[in-house]
Amino acid sequence: MEILAELFSLSVIFATLRFATPLILGALGGLISERSGVINIGLEGMMLFGAFAAVYGSGITSNPWMGLILGILAGMLLASIHALVSVKFKADQIISATGINIFATGITVFLLQVLFNTAGTSPRVPRLPAWQIMDFFPFRPITYFALILVPLVWIFLYKTPWGLRIRSIGEHPQAADTLGINVNRWRFICVVISGALAGMAGTHLSIGAGSAFVRDMSAGRGFIALAAMIFGKYNPFGALGAALLFGYSEALALRVDLPFIPDELFRAFPYVVTIIVLAGFIGKATPPKAIGKPYNKSGD
Amino acid sequence: MSEPQKDSNQKFKKITSVFKEWISGNSGVKSTLEELGFSLLSIITAMIVGSLFILIAGESPITAYQALFEGSFGSFDYFLNTLWRSTPLILTGLAVAFSFRAGLFNIGAEGQLIIGGFAAAMVGYVFTDLPTIIHLPVSVLAGMVAGGLWAGIPGLLKAKRGVHEVIVTIMLNHIAISVAIDYGINNFRDGGRQATPYVQETAELFNFNQLGEHSILQHFPPVDIFAAPAINLHLGFIFALIAAVILWYIMWKTTLGYEIRAVGFNSSAAEYGGVNVAKNIILAMVISGAVAGLAGASEALGTHRSFISGMDAGHGFTGIAVALLGRNHPIGVILGGLLFGALAQGGLHMQFAGVPQEIVTIIQALVIFFIASLQMFKIFLVRRKAKGEAK
Repeated sequence: MEILAELFSLSVIFATLRFATPLILGALGGLISERSGVINIGLEGMMLFGAFAAVYGSGITSNPWMGLILGILAGMLLASIHALVSVKFKADQIISATGINIFATGITVFLLQVLFNTAGTSPRVPRLPAWQIMDFFPFRPITYFALILVPLVWIFLYKTPWGLRIRSIGEHPQAADTLGINVNRWRFICVVISGALAGMAGTHLSIGAGSAFVRDMSAGRGFIALAAMIFGKYNPFGALGAALLFGYSEALALRVDLPFIPDELFRAFPYVVTIIVLAGFIGKATPPKAIGKPYNKSGD
Repeated sequence: MSEPQKDSNQKFKKITSVFKEWISGNSGVKSTLEELGFSLLSIITAMIVGSLFILIAGESPITAYQALFEGSFGSFDYFLNTLWRSTPLILTGLAVAFSFRAGLFNIGAEGQLIIGGFAAAMVGYVFTDLPTIIHLPVSVLAGMVAGGLWAGIPGLLKAKRGVHEVIVTIMLNHIAISVAIDYGINNFRDGGRQATPYVQETAELFNFNQLGEHSILQHFPPVDIFAAPAINLHLGFIFALIAAVILWYIMWKTTLGYEIRAVGFNSSAAEYGGVNVAKNIILAMVISGAVAGLAGASEALGTHRSFISGMDAGHGFTGIAVALLGRNHPIGVILGGLLFGALAQGGLHMQFAGVPQEIVTIIQALVIFFIASLQMFKIFLVRRKAKGEAK
């Protein structure tokens, strides 16, 4: 029974939340973008670039909060490139996002060499402080924010006129357009918001959970966030549940010696689960109808 | 206009004439030149924007690009290594382009390359005492089969359950990393290397610098030019060229290719015309994956002689840029692969000149953005033309 105690120990649960933080933020970002009809597989790159910018910002100002701001801005910057190419120029959203991901791997290592004169790991910089709540929860601010954001995004999407607009342009842009909603402007905004959240997720990785930038440090988390969004059936609470599950599996793989299953294979768990969900074997995740299709106003 | 698919046309008379026009228009000489022009324009724009980054690094773009050119084409040895570096890019580019023609986006060339490379390296290592003539083909084939099966999963899910292939292939990329790189290497590790053991000599792909040791070929004086030990070019490059020819043949000379393009253009029309859409989607993915698997086999058996961590090096994703640059045509893909191979090879030289070689990755990404936004260039040109005519 020792293994059971280990599976639910406090350190594993705390680690779960830490690992889940970037996944929650990324999944919520992806959710907002995809609900508006724009596929965002560029989350990975936005996360990576955000992580780098956060370290840079924290390093030169010696203020991790400036790092957070810069991390968010960096995510937004890449997101606006994605929005420009895929929404304004109506290019294929997957191609554009792939470009974002490749760009982020290149630019971060490039800047690492130009700014820090190293190709692997940046120098250590001030990290975000831990906020102890009731002398118990030992998390960094971004973790709390991510948890609060889940209901907020749900309210935003389902209880506000903006949310209705966003969902309608993801389902039926023509209809939304006839009602006077500027489809492409809203899509642009949604993609940029998703970039902000991805940038924040990256910030958590570099100066929240750690205190330096390591090349390729997002390590597929942008894609797991995407998986969490799908597993959560494009719903904020579903995404939270999936992110926690995936965070838990990451915590287990790292902290517990599992019998029968090699750690390396256990890490593939989120991806396998997502394929099974997509195939419709455990409930079906239905993406918004107009997803992936650039919107052309007739007569444009 | 030369219409290679005329013979197979008869079988699909039901398919709308618009559809036929699209296919014929697509192979027209004028539009081919136009597409080549757009690809060149994208590269030039990417390099101009790239020079901004070189300036950020505090170097002169002219010096940097000079170093790039010298490092890739400056000598015969460099040129051969450019060919070597373009090998996996041509293959993954072909894989992506083939799936594109079927209307599928194989973003999983990365994972198929990994699984293919792992399978080829394992078969190349495990079997001993086999003659080369059996061992080598079997190892290469193992890589192709593994890559093909890996790509068959998203193909099957797309065809049978309507699941979008992009997400599945992304997930499979990461599963491939866990299975082959993390688990595979840890279980078959060779000493301190992050790699599986070296393959048997009988499974190695022939390297061009071994020509001088060949029992018959060494008597031909021209083989001396390959003698430099720094030359890495191996048989994989020839495989890439052969693959391009075979894929071109499948795509434009066979019924299968015609059907695949029909599905890619308009799957409902193809269905109406009697094409088995599901079968073609699966086949297109399997063929695409087999080519990506061949890229893995070529890297494992030729370049590294084992399956090493980080062997994929993003080749699968670069393949997307190569396919776009080559306008999804095998010849275009070869040219695109050579260009990106030259960038990768010359990038090393640029590093010596003080510019981080990651500028190459940045330029690749910029090429993707510019080609993807091509639509915009076209609209712009059409508008300007219309304006000019109005005056």
